[in-house]
Amino acid sequence: MRQLSVIFKRELASYFATPLAYVFLMIFLVLSGVFTFYLGGFYERNQADLTVFFGFHPWLYLFLVPAIAMRLWAEERKSGTIELLMTLPISRAEAVAGKFLAAWVFAGLALLLTFPMVLTVNYLGEPDNGAILTGYLGSWLLAGSYLAVGGCMSALARNQVIAFILAVSVCFLFIVSGFPMVLDLFSAWAPQGLVDVVASLSFLVRFDAISKGVIDLRDLLYFLSFIAAWLAATAVVIDLKKAD
Amino acid sequence: MIELRQLTKRFARHTAVDALSLTVRPGEVLGFLGPNGAGKSTTMKMLTGFLAPTSGTALIQGFDIQTQTRQAQRLIGYLPEGAPCYEDMRVGAFLGFIAEVRGYRGEEQRRRVARVVEQLELDRVLGQTIDTLSKGFKRRVGLAQAILHDPQVLILDEPTDGLDPNQKHQVRELIRGLAADKIVIISTHILEEVGALCSRAVVIANGRLVADDTPLALERRSRYHQAVTLVSDEALDSEALRALPGVAGIERNAREHSLTLLAAPGQVIYPQVSELIRQRGWAVRELDVERGRLDEVFRNLTRGEAA
Repeated sequence: MRQLSVIFKRELASYFATPLAYVFLMIFLVLSGVFTFYLGGFYERNQADLTVFFGFHPWLYLFLVPAIAMRLWAEERKSGTIELLMTLPISRAEAVAGKFLAAWVFAGLALLLTFPMVLTVNYLGEPDNGAILTGYLGSWLLAGSYLAVGGCMSALARNQVIAFILAVSVCFLFIVSGFPMVLDLFSAWAPQGLVDVVASLSFLVRFDAISKGVIDLRDLLYFLSFIAAWLAATAVVIDLKKAD
Repeated sequence: MIELRQLTKRFARHTAVDALSLTVRPGEVLGFLGPNGAGKSTTMKMLTGFLAPTSGTALIQGFDIQTQTRQAQRLIGYLPEGAPCYEDMRVGAFLGFIAEVRGYRGEEQRRRVARVVEQLELDRVLGQTIDTLSKGFKRRVGLAQAILHDPQVLILDEPTDGLDPNQKHQVRELIRGLAADKIVIISTHILEEVGALCSRAVVIANGRLVADDTPLALERRSRYHQAVTLVSDEALDSEALRALPGVAGIERNAREHSLTLLAAPGQVIYPQVSELIRQRGWAVRELDVERGRLDEVFRNLTRGEAA
């Protein structure tokens, strides 16, 4: 696993090699602020918590996270460096995990930079800082889940734009799978068990719980196994598609 | 030693490499020849563990590329076709990354990078990002990456493709310098390179091996082997030349008063020809003996297969 850290370092540095990373960070910070204060009515609610802030994350991530993930593998395949990478003495698992972790840490960094939000809410009132912390944890896990999906789509498509669109679509499915309108589609014909399965796949329900400060081991396990499953899928896809 | 055992790769519609068996020993520089699409690159991709063979396998110094991929890859330095590198990285950082992947840390890492930088004269561009480099420099970075760990096996896919003559010369000199006690496999479709660089030439067409010989022996297969070309100021007596012992045929060249006499297999005709010239007192300006034309041999070997 020594190689993992080498890949991780190279990948993380590559985010900052171009202005793209800074643009991304700016957009993320501005949008999360706009969403919270204007759309979310942060002041009008008159409550010292970050519920609205976290509440917008699933939607904010839907477009921003696939934008980080889309280049992960598509670019390697397009430029041919995948041949270089895969002929170095690195296992596939190390390459997949190293790339993913770098993207995840980058997303974490973006999240950390929203700290003025925490300062604001602490200045205005007396929030439950434990709940805010779990909110951040949940949000980071959510970003990781989106990234794992996006990475897999990036391995699937050679074109970054297609990788982006695929990732947005798949993530969207996992958001809406908890919505009544989707569940109604199933409940008409499917057994209740299947409907429950579809509902339980949704990010939203689990993320809501965590972001409100409720840490359920099952929710943590959901996110972690979700990430692991998509990473495993990525490794398989790379094996199948790397030569194309 | 590299051993290919019935190495085969089938894609959905065609067989790219068809039961290729081959052994390469240390000290050999093997030129891998073939028309585009003959399966050269696919073979190299399998040898380096990038592609999995459909059937058969290859051993790199005894390590099976399918089951002991990691061990085999540690011994190989590989320059993929087109020398892909991480374009947004600086040359120094890129080589540092490769050194780290190869397991070098600290002082050893610096020493390794410094050595290849010197070998390939990269010191001028160390701080530049790779996408700003010229083609020649990019290729050199690719080569630096391949030889950084001083590998026992060097696999280079078209190392001089697209370089200018000076750069080609430089790359060849470098490869020649590295070749001692290593196994070097070079794919190319530039035939002059084979004669200049390789101790052994393997020709493949449609994934099958069609010739495996030294470049000299390959040249000997040419009908121009030992052919004599004359250029004169006046008309030559082609009948007299044709009648010489050992002359198998005569060809008129595009230049005026220029003839090429083909030698019968195994015959040397130069002494007879020069003797006749002396007797007749012809004013012959040029008189050349040919070793054989590789491009002609190459065409004959690969054309039948490609059709």
